[in-house]
Amino acid sequence: MNLNFLNLLSRMPSACAQGILWGLMALGVYITFRVLDIADLSVDGTFATGGAVTVMLIIGGCPAGLALLVAILAGVAAGLCTGLLHTRLGIPAILSGILTQFALYSINLHIMGMKANQTASLKKYGMFFENGKGFLVSSRYIPAAIAVGLVLAGIVIFALYTYFGTEQGSAIRATGSNHAMASAQGININNMKVLGLALSNGIVALSGGLMTQFQGTADVNIGRGAIVIGLAAIIIGEVFCDLFFRKGANFGIRMMFVVFGGILYYVAMTVILWLKMDPNDLKLFTAIIVAIFLAVPYLKNQAKTSFSRAAKHAADGKGEK
Amino acid sequence: MLKVNNISKTFNAGTINEKKAIDGLSLSLKEGDFVTVIGGNGAGKSSLLNAVAGVWPVDSGSIELAGENITGLPEYKRAKLIGRVFQDPMMGTAPDMWIEENLAIAMRRGEKRKLKWMVTKQDRELYREKLSELGLGLEDRLQVKVGLLSGGQRQALTLLMATLKSPKLLLLDEHTAALDPATAAKVLELSDSVVEKNNLTTLMITHNMTDAIRHGNRLIMMNAGHIILDIEGEEKQHLTKQELLDKFAEVAGHQEETDAVLLS
Repeated sequence: MNLNFLNLLSRMPSACAQGILWGLMALGVYITFRVLDIADLSVDGTFATGGAVTVMLIIGGCPAGLALLVAILAGVAAGLCTGLLHTRLGIPAILSGILTQFALYSINLHIMGMKANQTASLKKYGMFFENGKGFLVSSRYIPAAIAVGLVLAGIVIFALYTYFGTEQGSAIRATGSNHAMASAQGININNMKVLGLALSNGIVALSGGLMTQFQGTADVNIGRGAIVIGLAAIIIGEVFCDLFFRKGANFGIRMMFVVFGGILYYVAMTVILWLKMDPNDLKLFTAIIVAIFLAVPYLKNQAKTSFSRAAKHAADGKGEK
Repeated sequence: MLKVNNISKTFNAGTINEKKAIDGLSLSLKEGDFVTVIGGNGAGKSSLLNAVAGVWPVDSGSIELAGENITGLPEYKRAKLIGRVFQDPMMGTAPDMWIEENLAIAMRRGEKRKLKWMVTKQDRELYREKLSELGLGLEDRLQVKVGLLSGGQRQALTLLMATLKSPKLLLLDEHTAALDPATAAKVLELSDSVVEKNNLTTLMITHNMTDAIRHGNRLIMMNAGHIILDIEGEEKQHLTKQELLDKFAEVAGHQEETDAVLLS
């Protein structure tokens, strides 16, 4: 095998840039998965929606920054849809997400004029620092992409940190933490769930829009597995966060580590590709890694208090005491 | 203050599990009434509280609180008038949030949640003061996650949260049943003092007859979704446990005596 280490190094900046953009999406997943305690699968569709809306608007002459704002609104609408399916029609959250995601496939195709992908060429539209209304990020300008990604992640983290410290944001947190308590304190838990889902999907769509600008292409399948990548970023981030801060990290720091988790995930994937593994196996690896990390807290607990361990103790202690 | 007018509720109607939880019950509480509710298992005590709190709508009848007809209001809308402490100490607080955050949420019970920073400096002072009244040392742990507290501490905190913003009605649903005897006594004592201090109208379910007699100014006994005994004032003060058991047997009839055993 011919492995060139320099080649790996040269791929790292791009991995970081993509990691930050996906980390931004993981922030959206974090809101549903950790704050609301809902596994929202609509994100796979919303991510592509964000991309589709962005690309079509840019092609139509809209400034790239404004296109992202519209993409966010599209994501919010998708999140609303999932939330209403869940709270008003009584469909389990996980199914509501799947239904939205499924429906979005058709909608995304419609947005892209019934084509599976649409390209907006960087040559034609330029970068924002060239003409003011061009792309915010692009794979041709990696350092700028990293800088823009970090700034946007910082803004989103700050905004979320502030929002979840307000009365309304705290009501969402209380809903995720304890339904009964939230209701007894006069919080409309259904509305809070809808609100949280809308917010989450708005951020996911923003990330999708940025990713599309980065690649220059929107693809109807770009969001496939986004939820798993988001979970991977969250879990990797949390492992490191707990490593550095024990359990003492506040909400803002935890979110920073989620973005960091996104970067690490992409770096790891780049290394795996560099090792000349088949890219088609990446999803399998990701799934295995996420499954392991999701299982760790449970297994740790089991190791402390399991029946087999109790049986072993009982057997070991034979004759003593 | 509270007017419960001929309410009924049947669960699983039309199935083999049909259960008439409340059967044409009426109850009227004056302002400042502290009513203890006793009764055997399945007598409808918790159903009565749930009906008043709006956990589910009643099948018939009406509920009025502080002059407002609340029969058609969902739980979260009634919350502005009602403070609640549950039997399960885990149910009344949000474990992933700090003590001060839980209190801040309770501080705005029933209000619109605005885009305003939730815990302000002057709020914090108030929380500290109120927590120190509990005598559990929680006033120095404002930024500790509630999930790390013991059941008794959480229940005391829930009680504080239910009364932080003075409710028109306080519902205590066997709120000491899951605690050890010493902690239970402490939480009961706290309940007494907070009710007295704020002159709160209160409904308290208990399985402990002695507690039911000792606390409050009025006692009601329930059976099969009805109120079968309603004693207040002078008469209640001189009540003994034996008398209560006798009354129960007398009113409920002989077939219920097994329940009387359960009650003691």
